[in-house]
Amino acid sequence: MHGSEEVTVRDLLSRIFGADQENLIDEWVRWHPAEPSARLGEAGLRREAAELLGALREALGTGLPLSQVTERDEAVRSALRGLSERRARAGATPSATAMAIAALKRAMLAALERHTDDPAVRYQASLQVNQLLDAAGVFTFSVYVEGREEIIRRQHQQMLELSTPVVRLWRHVLAVPLIGTLDSARTQIVMSSLLEAIQAHEARVAIIDITGVSTVDTAVAQHLLQTVSAVRLMGAECLISGVRPSIAQTITQLGIDLSHIVTRSSLADALATAMELLGDRTGAVTG
Amino acid sequence: MSAGLPILRLGDILISGLLSDLDDTTALRFTDELTTRIADEGIRGVILDISQLEIIDSFVARVLMQLAATGRLLGARMVVAGMRPAVAITLSELGLRLTGVQTALNAEQAMELLGWRRPEEAPHAS
Repeated sequence: MHGSEEVTVRDLLSRIFGADQENLIDEWVRWHPAEPSARLGEAGLRREAAELLGALREALGTGLPLSQVTERDEAVRSALRGLSERRARAGATPSATAMAIAALKRAMLAALERHTDDPAVRYQASLQVNQLLDAAGVFTFSVYVEGREEIIRRQHQQMLELSTPVVRLWRHVLAVPLIGTLDSARTQIVMSSLLEAIQAHEARVAIIDITGVSTVDTAVAQHLLQTVSAVRLMGAECLISGVRPSIAQTITQLGIDLSHIVTRSSLADALATAMELLGDRTGAVTG
Repeated sequence: MSAGLPILRLGDILISGLLSDLDDTTALRFTDELTTRIADEGIRGVILDISQLEIIDSFVARVLMQLAATGRLLGARMVVAGMRPAVAITLSELGLRLTGVQTALNAEQAMELLGWRRPEEAPHAS
């Protein structure tokens, strides 16, 4: 594109964003996908549009190439980010958000037709508008996904923290009820909180209750074995309780060797075994 | 020759501890001194406090296993006490087993394992 044409296109666009802003907003609201607009309200939509168009107009003034505006201009980015986040919170799908940007593009292309008759300028300008708003659409999409990822990360963290309480069942007896799946990250957390608690409470028996663990495969068994051996290294005994019949069958079918670990079907049984172990020990001590 | 690590004696039990900078020579001398004392003094139990150890690598693990095996040959039970949680996690993740080594949470529980009882719990204490 020649320099003079670029200037013409810029002039034209900034005229549209400035003088024709009201029309543009009217048309955008008309073409806006119905679902989220109902929740945002027309006034909200108009405010949003005015903010975005204002930011775009400012960006035109900075002389940044149009294709890089969404990438480099902070005001435009924050307007788009706000637009996407508001829709995400209102429960709009990411495609509806992208459609909102597409509606803005449609409104702009219509405005271009009104403002110039020169086919060459119109062509160049619509190319530019396309580039600008396509980048904007992609950006809103990625903001949406980022927001979701953030939520998932936070929930994952909360799950990790919530799901590993170490409870004291009796003097010198601790229990960890495991719930959900057992991967290496969770094993790490369970292990360290259990071992810290053993040290703090001078526990002699730790019970790992797997009633809430949905499936036991070789990896989960491996993690359990690791935890048991770490507990033993600390000098405490480790029992596993809550082995359901179906899980016992799976363990046998997979050929996992848990023979050197004491397993019980219920936490109550495990507690009884723990008391026996404690009794043996104190019995030996008091003679 | 002494390894520079103190070895205390309580009745027929020896108590000692390992420090984090255990090298070949020290380990060898320590094993030597400990086994000699077990044999000479009729020792029945050995407590090894490792709460100062921040890392147990395969070398230290082997030293511990050899100490336990040697002690057993001489009729003494060895109990390793006070392993840190982080050390236990690393060991179990590396799959290093301390075969034949008995563990206890701290020195006191190790003493109990070896049959020692607190004076106030003894039947004729008062």
